[in-house]
This record gives sequence, C-alpha cells and structure tokens, in this order.
Amino acid sequence: MLKRLKSHDDLIAMRKSGDKKIKQEKVKVSICMTGCRALGAQEVYEEFSKQIKKQKLQDKVEVVETGCQGLCARAPVMTIDPPGAPSIFYGRVTVDIVPDVISKTILQGEVIKKLCYAEAGKKIPYMKDIPFYNRQNKVVLRNCGVVDPNSIEQYIERKGYDAFAKALFEFDPERIISEITSSGIRGRGGAGFPTGLKWGFCRKAKGDIKYLICNADEGDPGAFMDRAILEGDPHAVIEGMLIAARAIGSEKGYVYVRAEYPIAVNHLRNAIAQARRLNLLGNNILGSGFNFDLEIKMGAGAFVCGEETALIASIEGKRGMPRPRPPFPANSGLWGKPTNINNVETLANIPVIIAEGADWYRQLGTKNGSGTKIFALAGKVKNTGLVEVPMGTTLREIVFDIGGGVPGRSGFKAAQMGGPSGGCVPEEHLDLPIDYESVQAVGAIMGSGGLIVMDNDTSMVDISRYFMEFVQEESCGKCVPCRVGTRKMLDILIRITKGEGVRRDVEDLKEMANVTQSASLCGLGQTAPNPVLSTIRYFMNEYEALIK
Amino acid sequence: MEVKTVDIKPVAGIVSEYSDDYDSNLIAILQQSQDEYGYLPKSVLKEISRLTEVPLTRIFGVVTFYSQFTLIPRGKHAIKICNGTACHVRGVDEVKESVKEHLNVVEGETTADYQFTLETVACIGTCFLAPVMMVDDRYFGKLTTDSVTDIVKEYSN
Repeated sequence: MLKRLKSHDDLIAMRKSGDKKIKQEKVKVSICMTGCRALGAQEVYEEFSKQIKKQKLQDKVEVVETGCQGLCARAPVMTIDPPGAPSIFYGRVTVDIVPDVISKTILQGEVIKKLCYAEAGKKIPYMKDIPFYNRQNKVVLRNCGVVDPNSIEQYIERKGYDAFAKALFEFDPERIISEITSSGIRGRGGAGFPTGLKWGFCRKAKGDIKYLICNADEGDPGAFMDRAILEGDPHAVIEGMLIAARAIGSEKGYVYVRAEYPIAVNHLRNAIAQARRLNLLGNNILGSGFNFDLEIKMGAGAFVCGEETALIASIEGKRGMPRPRPPFPANSGLWGKPTNINNVETLANIPVIIAEGADWYRQLGTKNGSGTKIFALAGKVKNTGLVEVPMGTTLREIVFDIGGGVPGRSGFKAAQMGGPSGGCVPEEHLDLPIDYESVQAVGAIMGSGGLIVMDNDTSMVDISRYFMEFVQEESCGKCVPCRVGTRKMLDILIRITKGEGVRRDVEDLKEMANVTQSASLCGLGQTAPNPVLSTIRYFMNEYEALIK
Repeated sequence: MEVKTVDIKPVAGIVSEYSDDYDSNLIAILQQSQDEYGYLPKSVLKEISRLTEVPLTRIFGVVTFYSQFTLIPRGKHAIKICNGTACHVRGVDEVKESVKEHLNVVEGETTADYQFTLETVACIGTCFLAPVMMVDDRYFGKLTTDSVTDIVKEYSN
C-alpha cells in the first residue's frame, strides 16, 4: 500500500504518520534474518510468529525481521525491546526455547540466563551493558539490525530519505560536494581516496550523460560489511546514491553486486522496487524535476572486478579486465562516459553527513580519517561479527575490549588487515590508533575492513601462501608482472611450507615482490605481495624455521 | 547420465528480455541461460550468438573468464565450500577433505549420479560462521568433519 510521494511535504507526512506507530506500547522482538539464517534463524522466526498468533499476542508483541545485529558469534540472535525498559540481547536461540521467551521474558519481563551473553563467567542480559555493543559507535550501521530491511516505511520512520530531501531542496550540487569534501570522508573500499574530490572530478567532467556506480563486489576474503549493509539497510545505500547522483549530475546508476550474495541482491531489489513506487527513484522525484534510476548488475565470480576499470568492463558485458589509467573513470568510464564509483560503505555514510553536517562528522575519527569504520571481525576471536568504531580506535580495543580476546590458551599473534592486499599486524602494534596512514606505516592496509585474528597456532608462512594462492588464482592474466610474479612467488611459498625451501628463497621473494608491486597494471598485482612482505617483516623466524 | 539433446527453444525467450542492448547484457543472458540449463551447452552458446549477433568468440571469452560459468553439466545441488581467510584459519581444509571423501569427488567435479557438484569459493562473506559452506542458496556454518557429511546426507534423500 505504498502511495506515490508527490512532494517533500508528502515525505514528511509519511514519516509523521509513522511517529504514532513508534509510540505504541508493544514489545518489539527483532530477529536477525540474514547471516543468522545459517544457524536456524528462519525456524526460530517462524515458531515465534506461530506462537504469537496462537496465543493472540499480536497487540502486545511485534516481531521484526532485521539484518545483522553485529554479534554473529552468538547466532541466531534476537533483541527484545520492552517499552520503556532496556533492550535485552539473546543469542543461540533455538526453536524449543521460544515458548519460554514469550511466557517469561515478554510477558513477565524475566530474563532467561542461558541465552545471555557471558563474559568472565558473568551473564549480561542488557545490550547497554555488553562491552561488544557499548564500546561501538554505530553511525553507518544505525539501522542495521534495528529495522526491517524490506520495509521502506520503517526506514522513513527513522528519518530515512530526509538527508536526500535536504540535498535536493536545500542544497545545490556544489554545496553537496563541498559538504562531503569538508567532512573529510575517504573511500571505504580500500584505497581511501577523498570522496568529495572524486565527486568534484566527475561533476566537472564534460559529458551529457554521467553514470554512478555502487561497487558492491565485496571480494576480499574476510570482509562482510558491505554484505551486511545491503542486507540490513539497503535504503541507506540507495539514499547515498541519490545524493551522489544529484551532486555529480547523473540520472542512471548501477549497483554491481556479487552473485554470491543472494540475500543482499534480494533485499536490494525489493528496496529499489519500493523506492520506485514511492517516487524516490524514477522521473520527477518528489516533484523536483530530478530524475534518477538504478539497475542491479550481478557479478559472475571474478575478484579483479572490484577494481574500478575491470568492474566497468564487466558492466559493459566484457571480460572483467582492468585497463591502464588515465583516463580515469571520472572522465571516461562506463561506455566512455564520465563515471563515479563508490563503495557500499562509503555511500551508506553519505546520508549521515548531509543530515548531521560535515562539522559533526569530522569530530568522529582522526585527522587522517574522519568518521567511523566498520570492521569484520573473524578468525580466532571470541566475538566474531561486525564492529563499527570511530577511526583512531586501537587494534587492542577492537580485538580485546570489543572482540573479547582470543579464545583458548594460545594467545594473540597477529591481526590480518586488508585481506589479500593487506598485511599482518603483530602484537607490538596493538596500541596503534587505526587510520589509513597508521595502518599502512606498519605494513598492512585499512582495505575494506576485514580483520582476521590469528593465534599462536597459526603459521604465518601458511597464511602468506594462502593469500598468494588466492591472488594467483584471481589474477586476470592481462599483465605479465602479476600473472607470472604471483605464480613464481606461490611456487616458492609452497616449497617453503613443504619444508623444501632453500636459503635464497626469501631474498627471491622480496625481489619478485618488488617487481610485482611496481610493474603491475592494477591494484590487484600492485598489492599482491603485501601479505608476503609483512609476514617476512614480522615473522622472519617462521620462514627461517622452515628453511633449514 | 544419458546424454540428452539440448532443447534450445527457451534461449529465444531469455534473449528477448534483453533486446534493448544484447552486448552489455551478455553476462545476464548467460547467467539466466545457466539457470535454465544448469550449465552452458555449446548449442545454447551458438543459439545466443545467432540471436544476438554477438560473435561466438566473444561469448566464449566471457564464459571462460568468470568462474560462475561452466561448460559441462553440473549436479542437482551445488556445494560451495568457502575458502576465505577466516575459514582457512578455522580449519576448513579438514572439512573439505571430509566432503571429498564422502562424495568421492575432487573440487570442481560432479558426482557420478549428478546429485552434487563440489566447488570452492573465495569467500562467501559469512566469516563469523567459519568454517562455512553453501548448498544451493542455503548457508551452513560452524562446520565440523561430522556435521558436514550429515548435511550432505540430508540433501541426498
């Protein structure tokens, strides 16, 4: 029953009608229906809905299907919000316990201890007391795990599309770009290029048609924040794209998303259809005369397509191989037209910057990186999941205070940051405040924010081999340094891990790394040697132990 | 499995959905054709080429570039074992060995009864569940060498 919004006033009216609903005295039960599905969330949700109906509790309880709530280690998870009382967080919820959750927690306010998060043997029922949550600052993930991603109404009730309306009716394109530039936001996809500057280039580029692309080809093994955003809050990305489109002067956008993310594609498709029905996408949006529409393009399984020129080739229906730059996509991109490409997380930041202002945004984070960053915490860490913290937070805070440390007796060895383009950060740098430059200085990269914790049982030479195998397989083969360099380095690494290494192997690795870095065509090859170099830098003893 | 002649009639329907621009929609056409046939038979590729006037060489180039596409028939269920960093660190190799042994195939192969095709993927973005796999569109996490064979057995029935 979505009615077309003809003006800004209609949008405001729609939000206000939602305000009344929020005030209703219902217990809200939010169940993660994305990542948690792998561990039975669907069955739990169905049982919940069935019981609520059977016990005729529809007036008292509202069950909401949400996206990722962050603490994936406890999957399947749910949050219970009784009116006027603190939120209760439950994990490892099973179908059998659903009747108890309803009779005890929902009807009597009693906490079920065995479902609570525990730390140091103590059960912590309330979300506000759990360090994993209270030490985070959710700006980009503000709606993720809270709203139903398939409901544009819920997004609008939480001031969704308000920032876009501001950008459309109060700002001219130059003002949008200057706001984004002075916010200091840099691309969250890996390279960290200033977003405002990028938009400015595309706006200034000559051409009647300009394209906007959202890069949702999240291919770094170990990164899943873009997937979570698309699954949990797809409208935030659409709103970010609308603002970007108005800024650069584009009427047509594409979201290039991995085929391996079926739930994300499904939610995004749904969100686009809803936005079209409300006249938030299409022609004469909100009666302003501004036109913009979006199309989803599915990837077909090629890591290199995360590189912008390769991604463009793939949208054009070609083999996804990169080409030399310049010309940069801002001048000659998709079908030779000026094109602006931003990553999912970057775009999800945009509405907040426009709504709250550049000054507010800049307060978050450090001089070199403003705002927050989402990290995908995985590997040998207790609280695996999604973590959003201001730039400048230390690795120790993320891994130990929020992540709950390393399980077992083995202890922390290193954190792998930035996936196949990044490196391993050892214990000695745990107190490093994380931003683009600081991470690079210790031999890793911020990358897209994948953070894999490794304990002392993990062999760093094996990790080095693992990443080299990955990039070697994903190298598109167009340029020789990457095609041959990664193969040769992999051969040496395999030899070393088998215990057949020879003395000069490490020197050879370094030399080949140097050539591959400096002579490769695109980012894939230029950064491919990073995991090798960083493990040689910090864990040379492990290489030596294998090469006798 | 007996070799059946491929019915190329559905290709025209798929292709017609993209009549505005065959060239840039080639990947989508191939994806939909693969959904239809389970793989990309030679006759289908030829038919796509004939209808869209995109040269067969270009089509073949695209098909062989992207790992999603396959030129040989696949099993009824696709088992995709994640080979991401978190899964690697959490011991996916043993899990993979267990499946390989159970199904008696290696990576990229299809079982003799055409029930399963075993693949590995770079990362399916559910690292918090590591080690993890997908069977068709469903995720299975925190796998052990035992649980993984139980899951596969469920699909066999």
